[in-house]
Amino acid sequence: MALTRRISGLLPPVSTASSSSSFLHRRAFSTDDTTTITVETSVPFTSHNCEPPSRSIDTTPKELMKFFTDMALMRRMEIAADSLYKSKLIRGFCHLYDGQEAVSIGMEAAITKKDCIITAYRDHCLFLGRGGTLLESFAELMGRQAGCSNGKGGSMHFYKKDACFFGGHGIVGAQVPLGCGLAFAQKYRKEDHVTFAMYGDGAANQGQLFEALNMAALWDLPAILVCENNHYGMGTAEWRAAKSPAYYKRGDYVPGLKVDGMDAFAVKQACKFAKEHVLKNGPIILEMDTYRYHGHSMSDPGSTYRTRDEISGVRQERDPIERIRKLILAHDLATEKELKDIEKQARKEVDEAIAQAKESPMPDEPELFTNVYRKGYGVESFGTDRKEVRAALP
Amino acid sequence: MLGILRQKVGGATGLSSQGLGNHMLRLRPVTSALRNYSSATKEMTVRDALNSALDEEMAADPNVFVMGEEVGEYQGAYKITKGLLDKYGPERVVDTPITEAGFAGIGVGAAYHGLRPVIEFMTFNFSMQAIDHIINSAAKSNYMSAGKINVPIVFRGPNGPAAGVGAQHSQCYGGWYGSVPGLKVLVPYSSEDARGLLKSAIRDPDPVVFLENELLYGESFPVSAEVLDSSFCLPIGKAKIEREGKDVTITAFSKMVGYALKAAEILEKEGINAEVINLRSIRPLDRATINASVRKTNRLVTVEEGFPQHGIGAEICASVVEDSFGYLDAPVERIAGADVPTPYAANLERMAFPQIEDIVRAAKRVCYRSAPISATAS
Repeated sequence: MALTRRISGLLPPVSTASSSSSFLHRRAFSTDDTTTITVETSVPFTSHNCEPPSRSIDTTPKELMKFFTDMALMRRMEIAADSLYKSKLIRGFCHLYDGQEAVSIGMEAAITKKDCIITAYRDHCLFLGRGGTLLESFAELMGRQAGCSNGKGGSMHFYKKDACFFGGHGIVGAQVPLGCGLAFAQKYRKEDHVTFAMYGDGAANQGQLFEALNMAALWDLPAILVCENNHYGMGTAEWRAAKSPAYYKRGDYVPGLKVDGMDAFAVKQACKFAKEHVLKNGPIILEMDTYRYHGHSMSDPGSTYRTRDEISGVRQERDPIERIRKLILAHDLATEKELKDIEKQARKEVDEAIAQAKESPMPDEPELFTNVYRKGYGVESFGTDRKEVRAALP
Repeated sequence: MLGILRQKVGGATGLSSQGLGNHMLRLRPVTSALRNYSSATKEMTVRDALNSALDEEMAADPNVFVMGEEVGEYQGAYKITKGLLDKYGPERVVDTPITEAGFAGIGVGAAYHGLRPVIEFMTFNFSMQAIDHIINSAAKSNYMSAGKINVPIVFRGPNGPAAGVGAQHSQCYGGWYGSVPGLKVLVPYSSEDARGLLKSAIRDPDPVVFLENELLYGESFPVSAEVLDSSFCLPIGKAKIEREGKDVTITAFSKMVGYALKAAEILEKEGINAEVINLRSIRPLDRATINASVRKTNRLVTVEEGFPQHGIGAEICASVVEDSFGYLDAPVERIAGADVPTPYAANLERMAFPQIEDIVRAAKRVCYRSAPISATAS
């Protein structure tokens, strides 16, 4: 059974809590959530068919520290996954999110766990943001029982239903109609919740996206389409794939907002704005201008279609964690050493989670035949040699 | 071989009653003159059977909703959803634009969240536009998530040929969907099948592909009080022996069940007593019933309208060869659609889909009776 852990908004400052799977574990620099700090987004929002929100955002020391800690953990997780893949403990596909952390973090700060998120295959950090644990993540990547899908899904199929995280999808673009379906259900049930359907600049040209967007607009579904524009659809730059790479405008009659996706506060403000908007007016598109440091996947060096200068340039100018670090230092919320210690702690948590995940066994062989159906009626299923291996589906 | 000793020839036995957990009804199209059931039995068209099943399930569970092209204001392209919009409103009977990939995906997403969508494809030919959602988003999700995300959705609509609608509107998708683990694929024939299987499908927690037949919609079948009851469900994965027999097993589904029954009547006159199995379910396939029947009759003819290669008959043949080889007295015969895209011209179309005489001929061939019967046994 996969571990689940509910996340509460407030954790008491603790230093002895088990570090293996605690996502919110952090040192007690500042639990101050009463002091208001006003930050400005890096750039103003650009809007399409709507009034953009203000670029001034209020935050607290606590939130700033949380952003830093959580993003540091996400970054560390993805880098560790890179090593695990190279040592062949992770197989198949592995699409890493480092560089894009601010999108997950900013979004989570603006929404609840009853709002739904659905995404494609670059899903490890979004899973963590929804409350998934490091152990569930690494164990799933390594195909072990403690994984969030008991080892049967793999990198592209992380889910956390109790936190309304619906995956984890391998077919480019499919998650967008699915996300509009989640929004349909929320509206059907008259909930005050919304769905964030995330997709990349590559998927932005998919026909089914426009089919779903049309219906979402027709029926006023609370669907927020979030284009994580990291400027490359695998090896194809956006200008080679899209006649119009202004993805926030591609909804035509559907309003859109272009957001600096490397700025967690811009993301937070945009998601808050979007949530309020769709509950009244139907769908909206958010284009997050972001960047991935790794290639498309672990099979892609990521340097044949873009220059190393470009990558290091973004890292220097726009890294989401560095941005928060500067803010924290500027507002004197912690020292450089304290921030480095947080990063060390993240590394420690990740290492411990990996060690624990390695201990988790691979699924037992009968698991080959479980979960084919929710209700199998004892129907017969077959292994490769049906005279050798048969099973009754539970 | 074993079976030879048990082979009987000739002897008109007439139709025998159904047995063994199957309903005690002989199902005949309304044109038949014979009716030997109680006078209280009603008749119902397949269309009304589907409509009533949808109505009852929507009344019973507010999470059930219908979505598709023309299902609402138009009352359904084939009137299957007639009256539902007035009764349940536009939030639960949702007319869509002509965007199958989009609305099938929306349906699956709604099912992820716990609703119970019934998605109508105007015909299953159009389901190809949405097939990624049926297979990758719906069928595989419960497995990939280790049981955490089940998808209680039904995809329904007419399947297979109608009459003169040409190559792009005549394909049978039983073989394609039937091969996918994680899907359930149902193929009703009679009104009883339509009601019972659709209600089961809607109540089922897994994705169900429900293959109807346009030409059967208008056909009437007798329905008992039990069938009309709102709790009536048929088990998924169980075939029905429509007609018991001793000499040859004929498997069929959907419209071909009617053809097989007619073929059986013709064969009876020639001394061949055929057992007709109405599959009702392509996945799970009721191998037990099929094999038990073949072990009894020792001969098998499979009938389907779809393309022959990699079709339903191929799977049934393999199953019987694997599990009941010693009981076969003759090679398995397959009657299927012709291996061509469907032509329009009436004479060519007739050649493209199984006719009753094809089933009769194959049954005789499998009984080593290609020539008319003379005297005694073989």
